[in-house]
Amino acid sequence: MEIYEVHDYLRTVCPDLHITRGEYDEDTRYLETKTLTIGQFKLGVCHGHQVIPWGDLESLAMLQRQLDVDILVTGHTHQFTAYKHEAGVVINPGSATGAFSSITYDVNPSFVLMDIDGLRVVVYVYELIDGEVKVDKIDFKKTTTSTNLTH
Amino acid sequence: MMISNGIEDEEKWLAEGIAGIQHNAFYLHRALDANNLREALKFSAQLLSELRTSRLSPHKYYELYMRAFDELRRLEMFFKDEDRHGCSVVDLYELVQHAGNILPRLYLLCTVGSVYIKSKEAPAKDVLKDLVEMCRAVQHPIRGLFLRSYLAQVSRDKLPDIGSEYEGEGDTVMDAVEFVLQNFTEMNKLWVRMQHQGPLREKEKLEKERNELRDLVGKNLHVLSQIEGVDLEIYRDTVLPRVLEQIVNCKDELAQYYLMDCIIQVFPDEYHLQTLEILLGACPQLQPTVDLKTVLSQLMERLSNYASSSPELLPEFLQVEAFSKLSNAIGKVIEAQADMPIVGAITLYVSLLTFTLRVHPDRLDYVDQVLGACVKKLSGKPKLEDSKATKQVVALLSAPLDKYDDIVTALTLSNYPRVMDHLDAGTNKVMAMVIIRSIMKNKTCVSTSDKVEVLFELIKGLIKDLEGISTDELDEEDFNEEQNSVACLMHMLYNDDPEEMLQIICTVWKHIKAGGPKRLPFTVPPLVFSALKLVRRLQGQDGDVAGEEVPATPKKIFQLLNQIIEALSVVPSPELALRLYLQCAEAANDCDLEPVAYEFFTQAFVLYEEEVADSKAQVTAIHLIIGTLQRMNVFGVENRDTLTHKATGYSAKLLKKPDQCRAVYACSHLFWVDDQDGIKDGERVLLCLKRSLRIANAAQQMANVTRGSSGPLTLFVEILNKYLYFFEKGNPQITSSVIQGLIELIKTEMQSDSTTANHASDAFFTSTLRYIQFQKQKGGAMGEKYDPIKL
Repeated sequence: MEIYEVHDYLRTVCPDLHITRGEYDEDTRYLETKTLTIGQFKLGVCHGHQVIPWGDLESLAMLQRQLDVDILVTGHTHQFTAYKHEAGVVINPGSATGAFSSITYDVNPSFVLMDIDGLRVVVYVYELIDGEVKVDKIDFKKTTTSTNLTH
Repeated sequence: MMISNGIEDEEKWLAEGIAGIQHNAFYLHRALDANNLREALKFSAQLLSELRTSRLSPHKYYELYMRAFDELRRLEMFFKDEDRHGCSVVDLYELVQHAGNILPRLYLLCTVGSVYIKSKEAPAKDVLKDLVEMCRAVQHPIRGLFLRSYLAQVSRDKLPDIGSEYEGEGDTVMDAVEFVLQNFTEMNKLWVRMQHQGPLREKEKLEKERNELRDLVGKNLHVLSQIEGVDLEIYRDTVLPRVLEQIVNCKDELAQYYLMDCIIQVFPDEYHLQTLEILLGACPQLQPTVDLKTVLSQLMERLSNYASSSPELLPEFLQVEAFSKLSNAIGKVIEAQADMPIVGAITLYVSLLTFTLRVHPDRLDYVDQVLGACVKKLSGKPKLEDSKATKQVVALLSAPLDKYDDIVTALTLSNYPRVMDHLDAGTNKVMAMVIIRSIMKNKTCVSTSDKVEVLFELIKGLIKDLEGISTDELDEEDFNEEQNSVACLMHMLYNDDPEEMLQIICTVWKHIKAGGPKRLPFTVPPLVFSALKLVRRLQGQDGDVAGEEVPATPKKIFQLLNQIIEALSVVPSPELALRLYLQCAEAANDCDLEPVAYEFFTQAFVLYEEEVADSKAQVTAIHLIIGTLQRMNVFGVENRDTLTHKATGYSAKLLKKPDQCRAVYACSHLFWVDDQDGIKDGERVLLCLKRSLRIANAAQQMANVTRGSSGPLTLFVEILNKYLYFFEKGNPQITSSVIQGLIELIKTEMQSDSTTANHASDAFFTSTLRYIQFQKQKGGAMGEKYDPIKL
């Protein structure tokens, strides 16, 4: 659904908005995958329903290799996960609204903030569990030798 | 004659008047300096004669008056000092009465009178009474008003009020009240009479001028309110009745409106509360054109502010039955003012409602009573067209929502929907949106099907086409916003009890199914998810209890879901329906209901085959089908084979070769599920991968023919990655030599086709090789497994 309200809201959070297509999105302007470079990091964004089996780490890692990114951000499962894989990170920030999912029972609303600083990225995870916000922190350092930047 | 060219002439006349005052003031000052009483009286009288003019507008007259006033202050100082003029105040009081003209004489008399009272040589009340009576001699409205205003001014600090030095020895506060009331009454009469001065054609100008003078009259009420001795009793028994009597009797719209407002503003709220009946009783007696809605609204606002200043005041409000008195008065006013536009009446009800909500928040019956009165006023009339009136009705209906933060309260008000029925379709929708926003803002849970029924009845303007308006005429953006709001609303309908929850879902469905093709795509998905949540709650509790009818079971809910989604599919909205069928299939899987799950898949497949035509839509749909099917474990061999066979068949029939290739290798996961009881059919996995390789080859050849180059090798690298996946999972069909072969193939292709270097596929291949390297170096079982592969 095209919900401009949500769109506008997200723009107030960050004006530099990148969207990839979810399985309920009718708007064909949204791409299936997107890559962007922030500082020394290359990021890939994909909703994830295209990657079967859904939420499977090894299959997502394949997409990470395909997009040639340090950090892959996906969704679809409505469950927060973060894995260090080979030389990169695969992150699923979960569902910010905690919407129903046939994949995940008892969805906790969650989102992540990533602080990218030089070769270091700190991922802050905010999860709402039983009415309380739990914040977690995951550190990831990129080793210069494993740099994937081919440009 | 003051006819045309008025403004210029007036300036001239004012200048002449000021010159006259200045001229006489000069000699007056000389006389005062010389302590010459006779001369002082002579020139002051001449000076005051300038105020006899009839040619100035109130505004200009005021300017002149202020100049004279300043001189009178000096004169008063002189009068006060007996040593300077050698005349006793009693004699002086006699002496000034010899002035030739009445107006100067009375100004001088008031001035001496002030000194007289101060000297206490006579009782204050006698002097005041004398002065207020004498002033009657001036009946010209403007001259009289200013003279009396002067009297009020000089006497203000000399009233025999409680605690004042002029009280006692027969001088009581009642004398002070009597004096001010009399001055007020006379001033009001002069003020009202002013409208009859001058030609009819200048009526408008006159009214404007008259309005400028209103504060001179109102000042008396202010003085009354300042008198310490005016307690509730005096106010109730004397002041208020006398003031109201004058107001009612003057039969003048301007005066009535202004003075009513004045009473409300200047006297304390506790007096208003205790004298409500008297004050309100006057309202229906006023001229039918008086803007009573403003007056009463002011009163109610003040009273509700007063009530909220202290919780201890509530019993007083109850004791005097403030609400019913106000309510009755409003009814009578509306009746008396037959020409009052509908907006006026509704504004009054809004004010009364606001009062009720603030003062008696617990009295829902009051709220309903106000709404009921409003319905009565609206009934028998066509739907509201007047936008101002509509706005007021929206305000009326919004007030309880704002107050209670809880729509559920409003849902219990029987008159609420009846008021809504009087709105036109557009406003009805606006109001429906207000209701939904209120629910969302306050996170109100609507928890029974009865309430849901009432709620959906209230917002029916959003739910279905109302007569006269078809969805084609609507602004698309507004429509989407409205429907999204309805969708959000569905999340607020909840009950912990599965029975009731199912009832809620059925009620919602009953309402929204009439929504038509444009609304269903918005409203069906949230309802489906709501039902699926309920299914999940009941999961495991199923099982047909022998002989007992269990009302809310997953089976029942799935039947309902089937109906709901089917309605969506015929809209037609096949892609959305397909997705929802798949969601249901997975939910049925989790409930261990194989036939139900199979049925949902069948529906999804039928839609795929018959309705999903767009090739891009097919790609997404097939991935969702494979993704869902991969997760199903409820199917027996036969059903599973049928479905996987279909899915792989669809995959291989996609339009574009790369899409075919990707869908086919995705199907490999249908035969290898990486958990304990999952199917592990290595051979069929390999078949899928081989088939995808063949398609990749075909795609490449096709590219060769059409573009003269083999195109990117991405597909091959993707397949290589799939091989690695199953290799790692231990699929015996996927050997290191097969992988080695594939690596070599890609390497060769890359070298042979160096002209069309493709960064993406090169990088992909590089990172895949690096991954293999990484796995080799890992050591352990995985390292060993990868060992034979040479890079």
